[in-house]
Amino acid sequence: MAEVCAALVILGVTAYAVFGSADFGAGFWDLTAGGAERGGRLRGMIQRSMSPVWEANHVWLIFVLVMVWTAFPVAFGSLMSTLSIPLFLAALGVIFRGMAFALRGQAATINEARVLGATFAFSSVLIPFFFGAAIGGVASGRVPVGNAAGDLIDSWLNPTSIALGVVAILTGAHLAAVFLTGDARRAELPDMVDAFRKRAIGSGVVAGAAALISLLVVRADARELYDGLTSGDGLIAVVLSGAAGLVTIALVITGRYGPARFTAAAAVGAMTVGWALAQDPYILPGALTLDDAAASDTTLTALVVSVGLGMLVLVPSLWWLYRLVLRGTLDQEYEPLDQRFRPVDR
Amino acid sequence: MADATLVVFAAEQVRGVLEGTGSPDALEARQMQALSLAVHIPLVCFGIAFPAMFLFVEGLYLRTGDPLYKALAKRWSKVALIIFATGVVTGTILSFEFGLLWPDFMATFGEVFGVAFGLEGISFFLEAIFIAIYVYGWDRLPKRTHILTGVPIIITGATGSAFVISVNGWMNDPQGFEVVNGQVQDPVPFSALLNGHVAHELVHMYLAGYLVAGFLVAAYYARRWLKGRRDRYTRTALVVPLAFAALAAPIQVVVGDWAGRKVAESQPVKLAAFEGVYKTEEGAAFHLGGFYDTERNEVRYGIKIPYLLSILAHHNPTAEVVGLESVPPEDRPPVNIVRTSFQTMIAIGTFLAALGSFFIFVWLRKRRLPDTKWFFRAVMLAGPLSVVALIAGWVTTEVGRQPWIVYGFMRTEDAVTSADNLEIGYAALIAVYVLLFGSVIWLLRRLASRPIETELDRG
Repeated sequence: MAEVCAALVILGVTAYAVFGSADFGAGFWDLTAGGAERGGRLRGMIQRSMSPVWEANHVWLIFVLVMVWTAFPVAFGSLMSTLSIPLFLAALGVIFRGMAFALRGQAATINEARVLGATFAFSSVLIPFFFGAAIGGVASGRVPVGNAAGDLIDSWLNPTSIALGVVAILTGAHLAAVFLTGDARRAELPDMVDAFRKRAIGSGVVAGAAALISLLVVRADARELYDGLTSGDGLIAVVLSGAAGLVTIALVITGRYGPARFTAAAAVGAMTVGWALAQDPYILPGALTLDDAAASDTTLTALVVSVGLGMLVLVPSLWWLYRLVLRGTLDQEYEPLDQRFRPVDR
Repeated sequence: MADATLVVFAAEQVRGVLEGTGSPDALEARQMQALSLAVHIPLVCFGIAFPAMFLFVEGLYLRTGDPLYKALAKRWSKVALIIFATGVVTGTILSFEFGLLWPDFMATFGEVFGVAFGLEGISFFLEAIFIAIYVYGWDRLPKRTHILTGVPIIITGATGSAFVISVNGWMNDPQGFEVVNGQVQDPVPFSALLNGHVAHELVHMYLAGYLVAGFLVAAYYARRWLKGRRDRYTRTALVVPLAFAALAAPIQVVVGDWAGRKVAESQPVKLAAFEGVYKTEEGAAFHLGGFYDTERNEVRYGIKIPYLLSILAHHNPTAEVVGLESVPPEDRPPVNIVRTSFQTMIAIGTFLAALGSFFIFVWLRKRRLPDTKWFFRAVMLAGPLSVVALIAGWVTTEVGRQPWIVYGFMRTEDAVTSADNLEIGYAALIAVYVLLFGSVIWLLRRLASRPIETELDRG
C-alpha cells in the first residue's frame, strides 16, 4: 500500500511538473518577450492559452501536499519544517502569480499590464526555482526526521538544490514553448508558431544541457543520489527522459507539435520517476525509508480507495476539459496584449 | 454536587512524534493561521452559495429567454471565477501553513484526518474544472449543456466544505484512534470523518455561506439602488441574493441553538468561555455585554438575564452549566476573546434574521421591495456585518478550543514548528494579503465598470 501511495504522489508531482511548470514556463517567455510592443503578440498568445486551464493545473500541487501528509505524515512534518523558507517563498509566489495573471486580463492601460505582467512573470520564474531547490534538499539527504531539525538555510541553498532549481525553470520553459507552438498553430498564427518553435528547440537544447551539468553537480555534492541515478532502474529512467527529450526536439523540428506535447511530458515524467527510483527505498534519504514513513495500513487503504473513487469522476471531467481546450471550444479571442490599448481606428 | 464537577480530558495525552523543542514564536504561528483563515473563509462562502444564485438566474433565462437574466448570470459567473481563483491561492497558502506552522500536528495526526483532505482535494479539483468550463463555455456550449455544467460547481462547493468542516469537527471532537504510551495508534479515518461535531458545524457554515454571499452581493446592489439606478437589472440583482440570504437567516438562528447545545454537551469548558461562567451552577444566568474580569472571575458591567444560559445551553432553566473552575487555569481558553466574538456573532445574527424576515414578509404581502430607504441602508450594512459575524463565529469556536489543537489530546504549543523568526513571515503575509485584497477589489470594480450589455457580445 505504501508503494501505491508513493506512486500516486509521484503521479501528482509529475502532473504538477508537466502542467504547473508549463504555466510557469509561459511566465518565463512572458518575462523574456521583450518590450511592450515587440512582445505584445507573444504575451497575447500566452494569455489566451492559459486562461481556461491554469486553476485546474495548480490543484495538482494541493493534491500532492494532501497525499504526502496523509500517507507519510512524519516525512511531511519533517520536510515542511526544515524547508520552511523555500516553501513559504514558493507559496507567496503562488499568490502573486495567480493574482497578477488574473488581473492582467483586466488591465486597461499598457502600464498596468506591464507592472502586472512583470509580477506574473517574475513569480513564474521564482516558484519553480524554490520547488526545485526544496526537492534538491530532500534528494541530497539534507532533511532529517524532526521538527525543523535540519539546517534552515543549507537544506535548500546547496549545489544540488541550485542545480535542480535551474533545471526546473528551464524544463518549464521548454514544456511551455512546445505547448504554445501547438496552440499557435491551432489559432492559425504562423508568426507565433515560428516564434515558439524556435523557443521550443532552443530551450530544449539548453534544458538538456543543464540536466547533464546538474548530474555532474549531483555527483560532487550527493554521491548516493548520483549512484541511484546512474545505475539500475534510475539509469533506465534517466536514459528514457533524455531520449524523450531528443524525440521532442525532432518532432518540433519536423512540425509535429501534437505528438511533441506528449513526448515533452514524458521526458519530465521520466525525470520525476527517476528521482523517486534513485532515492528508493528512502523518502528522506539517509533518514527515513518509505515503509517507516508510511501511515497505518487502514489509513493507506482508505486513502487509496477514496482517491480511486474520486478519480472515477475526476478523470473523465479532466479529460473533457482538456478536450474542449484542445479542440478550441473554449478558445478566447486572440488579441496581442499591447493592441488592446490602442484606439480601434488606428 | 454543584461544586465539584471536574472535566476530565483524555486520560493520556499525545506526544508529538517529531519531538520538537517548542517554538519561541507560537503566538505568531497562531496569528498567521488565523489571518490566513480569515482571508480564506469569506471566499469559501462564495464558493458555497454564489453558484446556486447565478444558476438560478440562468435558469430564469432559459425559461423566459430574457437577455437581462443571461447578462446577469454571465457577469456573476465572471465574478465567481475571480473569487474562486483568489480562493485557490489562499487555499494553497493554508495547505502549506498546516505543514510550515504545525509540523508536529500533521506528523502525529495526519494519518487520522488526512483522508478527509484527500476527498476535499478531489472536490476542489472538480470545482476548478467545471467552473472553468462554465465560465469559458458561455455561448460556446449548447444552452442546456451549459447550465448543467454549473450543477457540479454547486455540488463540489458543498462536498468540499463538508470534508474540511469534518476535519475541524474532528479537532473539536477527536475520535477514530487509540493512544498507547503517548502515541497515536490504530487510526480509523472514516470514523474520524464522522465525528459528533461535523453535522452541526457543516449546516451552520453552509447557511453562513448563503448569508455572507447573499448579503454582500445584495449590499452592492442596494447601494446602486440608493444611488438612483432603479432599473429592472438592479432590482433582479438585488432580489435574488437577498432572497437566498433572507431565507437562510432565520434558519441560522435555530441551527446556532443546536450548535450551542452540542458544545455544551461535548466541550463544556468552551461553552463556559462563550459566556464567562466561572462557577459551575444550576439555573445559570446569561450576561449581555460587559467583560470578563479575570481577577474576580465574573462578568462585569453586563446585563444579567437570570436562567437564560441554562435555557439556551440545555433547554431547561435549572440545568447545570459547567464553569471554567472545572479545569486548571492552563486548560482554559482566553475568555474575553471568545466571549466577545460569541456575543458579536449572536447580535449580528439576530439583526440579519430580523432583516431577512422583514424582507420576506413585505415580499409575500406586497410582491415588491420595501420602499423605505432605511431598508436599503440596512442591507448595505448587513453585507459587511455578515462577514464580521462569520469571522467572529470562527474565532469563537477556534479560540474557544484553546489551549488544544486536538481537543483534550494535543496542545497547540506542542504542535507548533521549532523554526523561529516567524515574525518575518508574518509581516510578509500581512503585506501580501493587503495587496491581494486591494487587487481583488480593483479587479471587481474594473469588471463592474463595463456596461452590462457587453455580456451579451460573444466573448
